[in-house]
Amino acid sequence: MASCHAPQASFFPQISPPFSADTSSSPIVSCRFPCRYASLQVSSPSSGTFVPRAEEKTKTERNIFACAATASRLVAEKPAPTKKKTTITKEEGLVLYEDMVLGRSFEDMCAQMYYRGKMFGFVHLYNGQEAVSTGFIKCLKEGDFVCSTYRDHVHALSKGVPARSVMSELFGKATGVCRGQGGSMHMFSKEHGVLGGFAFIGEGIPVATGAAFKSKYEKEVLKNDKVDAVSVAFFGDGTCNNGQFFECLNMAALWKLPIIFVVENNLWAIGMSHIRATSDPNIWKKGPAFGIPGVHVDGMDVLKVREVAIEAIARARRGDGPTLVECETYRFRGHSLADPDELPEKAHYAARDPILALKKYLLQHNLADENELKSIQTRIDEVLEDAVDFAEASPLPPRSQLLENVFADPKGFGIGPDGRYRCEDPSFTAGTAQV
Amino acid sequence: MRAPPSTVRASKLVTNAVAVKSETASIAATKSGHELLLFEALREGLEEEMERDPRVCVLGEDVGHYGGSYKVTKGLAEKFGDLRVLDTPIAENSFTGMAVGAAMTGLRPIVEGMNMGFLLLAYNQISNNCGMLHYTSGGQFTIPVVIRGPGGVGRQLGAEHSQRLESYFQSVPGLQMVACSTPYNAKGLMKAAIRSENPVILCEHVLLYNLKERIPDEEYVCCLERAELVRPGKDVTILTYSRMRHHVLQAAKSLINKGYDPEIIDIISLKPFDLHTIGNSIKKTHKVLIVEECMRTGGIGASLRASIMDNFWDYLDAPIMCLSSQDVPTPYAGTLEEATVVQPPQIVKAIKQLCG
Repeated sequence: MASCHAPQASFFPQISPPFSADTSSSPIVSCRFPCRYASLQVSSPSSGTFVPRAEEKTKTERNIFACAATASRLVAEKPAPTKKKTTITKEEGLVLYEDMVLGRSFEDMCAQMYYRGKMFGFVHLYNGQEAVSTGFIKCLKEGDFVCSTYRDHVHALSKGVPARSVMSELFGKATGVCRGQGGSMHMFSKEHGVLGGFAFIGEGIPVATGAAFKSKYEKEVLKNDKVDAVSVAFFGDGTCNNGQFFECLNMAALWKLPIIFVVENNLWAIGMSHIRATSDPNIWKKGPAFGIPGVHVDGMDVLKVREVAIEAIARARRGDGPTLVECETYRFRGHSLADPDELPEKAHYAARDPILALKKYLLQHNLADENELKSIQTRIDEVLEDAVDFAEASPLPPRSQLLENVFADPKGFGIGPDGRYRCEDPSFTAGTAQV
Repeated sequence: MRAPPSTVRASKLVTNAVAVKSETASIAATKSGHELLLFEALREGLEEEMERDPRVCVLGEDVGHYGGSYKVTKGLAEKFGDLRVLDTPIAENSFTGMAVGAAMTGLRPIVEGMNMGFLLLAYNQISNNCGMLHYTSGGQFTIPVVIRGPGGVGRQLGAEHSQRLESYFQSVPGLQMVACSTPYNAKGLMKAAIRSENPVILCEHVLLYNLKERIPDEEYVCCLERAELVRPGKDVTILTYSRMRHHVLQAAKSLINKGYDPEIIDIISLKPFDLHTIGNSIKKTHKVLIVEECMRTGGIGASLRASIMDNFWDYLDAPIMCLSSQDVPTPYAGTLEEATVVQPPQIVKAIKQLCG
């Protein structure tokens, strides 16, 4: 774990900060360590002219330049590591470790299965970003909601959806968590509070906001004091240029909704670098513009993420409103399994693999030994073997399933010429859905 | 000699008449009951449902403190509070998505589009989330939202405020769509839509809000999937909905005087079609005229025609006629706007052509 650990004191003031257009004077602590973009300004705000980064002609050259600049900047400004006291118990540490190993192993298995022709279409893997999912979701409790994007397998797993159900869904089998009807990009679980799974970026954020609204409604209108569910919305850097992001920041702040907006900034939106797409790449800065605390955290360090998560979740639960958390993270694989795998910063971030980092931490602080950690990996391997076997053995959805979930109330298919509701006609599911 | 444009409207019919007292036969119009305007009927239905179920809430622009741009939610914020009648910022896509998320987790929201046209900004959420999530989640989540608002061509409101959006939504799988046309069915459909577990789009019309009618005092709910037989007849089946129902009724007066006996059906459910009521009528009359305010291309009439051909081809004595509005952005100029929408003289002419 490279960078220094933040002070223990809370970085969220207990009262909402006054709106300030000048974020540099905001009392909210924002960047925990030097921002990785500082050296990569492509335009000077004062001159307003575009200043191209010198000399590079090809995209590869530019990317390598960016990578080198990033890495060198971080290395140059990284303060000397301080010895930190243990912040987690052994049990907590092992829970985190197991969850991240599950996430990583599952995604690796997905890649295998995809290239063996067991799953199809667009599959987006989460390798490298496990610290964000584990760090946040392991702090949630039952009744809380998680909303994700198309890179949703690991969010579903962290939230408690069985690996079998997710794998089966990916295989398109009837035993999948969505009966095979959703697929990789649409993981939903009512039981575990996973609200999706969305293919278009940004469209999950309003859904998460709605779940948070319901929480507030339940407390204030239905007078149910026992409810204090929070919602966590995960999305990427590309989404932060989308209207729905800003609209939801506004509404969540306006009504003090119990929601945490988690940005998984992995620097790339398919092939579009975050810096090329965003006028101010510091996403955490956009929270204070709406009166929301904006926090930047090292998304490769599960303990740091967890610390921020605990605070943000507590803030939401006690009714103080939303938080915007930007996690600096990285995906070790391509955008999807159909995309090229080689990214410029990969080597740099591979050295900060969150699982290896946590392993090192656990060993260093005598919270676990090699055997325990090995046995966790073995256990996870067995879980995955079982998941694949289960998915393989499961049946494909029958033709009769096609129209079953189009409407919650199948009267929506209407009244047929014979006067009966079409759904009452036993041969209806054998035909096509005509109105 | 070429007739000047004004003689297009030479007949004694008032072409832009809208706020006529409804003459629908199907209403339980007893001496009791109470008289109100259509927007009040919508409010009554909404209020009753909000009283009945505390999970029912409304969100939209100006629905709360302002009382609604068309007064459908007037007084409700004072009665039920700011959270149950939520004034939203101008962010249709996001607040519609918020309604979806709230519905998935247990509430029953009603989204008001100040004008249906504004909901084009929410099309992402309406198509992708409202329509799809029940399916893609394998049936785990229900989305009992109602999306409502005034659409259609008004009085010189300009192109963007005069859109006919029924056709845009009709193809979205997973959505139901109804159109109200009288205070009676407005209240009944509002209640039915709120109670439905499916996402329902309730199409209202800008020019019908001041329609007056006497409706029953006792509680009633309309059926979302059933068409309304407005006037029984035997010569020809006229299928219509929303504002055009009233143009058809206008035309009917003239037709009846001339000895025709049209059967008038307000289809109510734009998606799915009530093929039973429609089919029974066609089996009787063997001729069909569709009168709609939708554009010709890909409109409700186009779908209806296809459906009728598929199911009742053998019963037709003549090709199905369809009068739709013009495929133009609604012009501002009054004369052009009038020409955009189907007018009663055109309906009379069409029937004469169809029936001889």
